[in-house]
Amino acid sequence: MSAQDRRKKRLDRSIKVRSEGLYSLSSWREMAYLLAPRLILIGGLLLMPLVLDLYWQKVLCAAGIFAVLALGFDFLAAYVGLVCLGGAMFIGFGGYAAGLLNAYFALPPVLTIPLAAVIGACLSTVVLMPCLRLRGVYFAIVTFMLPLFTTHIIIALGLFGSTEGITGLDILPNQFWEQYVIVIGVLALLFGLRRLVNEDLGLIMMGIKDNDQAVLASGISIFRYRVLAVFIAALIGCFAGAYQAHLYGWLGLSLFAMDFSILPIAATVMGGMGTLSGPVVGALILTPLSEALRGFGQLRVVLYCFILLLFILYKPEGLMNYLERKYHQFERWEKV
Amino acid sequence: MASDILLDVKDISKSFGGVKAVVNVGFTLNRGDVLGVIGPNGAGKTTLINLVTGFVKPDHGRVTYKNHDITGMSPNRIANLGLVRTFQVMRPYHSLPAYKNLIVPLNSPRVKKATAGRLGDLDSVAIDILEEIGFERDARVPYKTAGSLPLGYQKRLELARCIALKPEIILCDEVFSGLSMSEITSMIPLLEKMVMQGVTLIMVEHRLRELFRVANRVLVMNFGCKIAEGPSKETMTREDVKVAYLGGGGSK
Repeated sequence: MSAQDRRKKRLDRSIKVRSEGLYSLSSWREMAYLLAPRLILIGGLLLMPLVLDLYWQKVLCAAGIFAVLALGFDFLAAYVGLVCLGGAMFIGFGGYAAGLLNAYFALPPVLTIPLAAVIGACLSTVVLMPCLRLRGVYFAIVTFMLPLFTTHIIIALGLFGSTEGITGLDILPNQFWEQYVIVIGVLALLFGLRRLVNEDLGLIMMGIKDNDQAVLASGISIFRYRVLAVFIAALIGCFAGAYQAHLYGWLGLSLFAMDFSILPIAATVMGGMGTLSGPVVGALILTPLSEALRGFGQLRVVLYCFILLLFILYKPEGLMNYLERKYHQFERWEKV
Repeated sequence: MASDILLDVKDISKSFGGVKAVVNVGFTLNRGDVLGVIGPNGAGKTTLINLVTGFVKPDHGRVTYKNHDITGMSPNRIANLGLVRTFQVMRPYHSLPAYKNLIVPLNSPRVKKATAGRLGDLDSVAIDILEEIGFERDARVPYKTAGSLPLGYQKRLELARCIALKPEIILCDEVFSGLSMSEITSMIPLLEKMVMQGVTLIMVEHRLRELFRVANRVLVMNFGCKIAEGPSKETMTREDVKVAYLGGGGSK
């Protein structure tokens, strides 16, 4: 019985009756089949703040920030074709905007977070606008440089408390607020983005990624849509930044830390590019993992990289793509 | 009848480095014309299309469309004026159903303006356009993924993308290439129908016999220069055209 005598047969599950991309459901069983994975994610995330202890609650908040950033990264990279390494810039702009509004104008977090998201997103979009003509790796390099650039401006000009930052910002009322703001934020963004990419807007953006010449020939300005896409991603990232400033009641240069640019990418690679849910799952695995490995000291980074390497080598499609396939298909060995 | 001139290309040139791709080419196009552009490989035919539709900026020369200077305008603005093109190498959005490919042009400012935003369900508009161009709805062809369609349908999809924009001029870059005889025979009535509906065509083509069934005028290019222009039959009998096109040294 060698491998040549048999082959693996894959069949789509028959309950998935396809009709023009819609599912026609005929029973509760089928409904449950489609709802189950979504409910596990939603229910799991909503329940987590209730069961975790204080330390892991903080980890959940951090994981939420990375999940939000990863969503923005995945949206830009997989649906618009812009690989943006500027997660740190979004966090920084959002965080500083929220912190400054709070420190200088004494606005409460309920106002500063949405305001900072919009202000930060506008600023990020303006800064990135000249780079939107760049493609591929060039855009990535510029976006990677911008956070470094901004930190040096802040230091050189001694702005906003310079290297010290500003402490004593308002924090969120209690730990449940802290967690639910970000958990609900993650869920809302996940399902919102899912919806968006299936609308005409998402289709046009995907068109730009696949074949920008054809989109131009169809009379559509790719620049305008790229600006819009960057604004959406920046809005998402700056929301995370504003939340982070109020989570720790502090703003400073570490808001521009490279972690915010790198970890979302790792989460996206692990979870699966283009799935949107993948990056969330990736962030929810990687952030606690890096906490759990804290005992290993510097070896933590090695282990961390090792796990990532394994994923890139052996499961480049990512966790969610893999699980989705397994969930939707029967597999059995068949004699040839 | 100067007002009938829809497109006027004057002395347009483009060189890439040392290569002169197009040299001082000019032609005019009246409404309802079908102009064939022919010439050996590398003669600059596709570059000419790129120059007219704004994908490549000309070094000098002018392109006038409906008495407006459109030289150097961005490709999407030119397409919005009703001057649209097909691509020689089609790259439809492979993973999407064929009709979803038309959602992009249907969202263009031109279509939105023409219909004042009351187009209704874009999906059904897209399917109607595809049905018109020969995607059998009963066989569910418009719903098949674009990547799985045979070449003939992909070429038609490319044309459908243009038609969705309600164009005045379509510049076809080798729509017949790679198609079987029967696919071409079914494509020709579609082109004729478009011409009857008042669309003006420029067709870059290698399949001369089929081209001449549609085109009433040809422009012959060689090494970036226009070497002849005129009614199809007479032009092709000219000696210099024969030499350029058939490559014969004119020995007999």
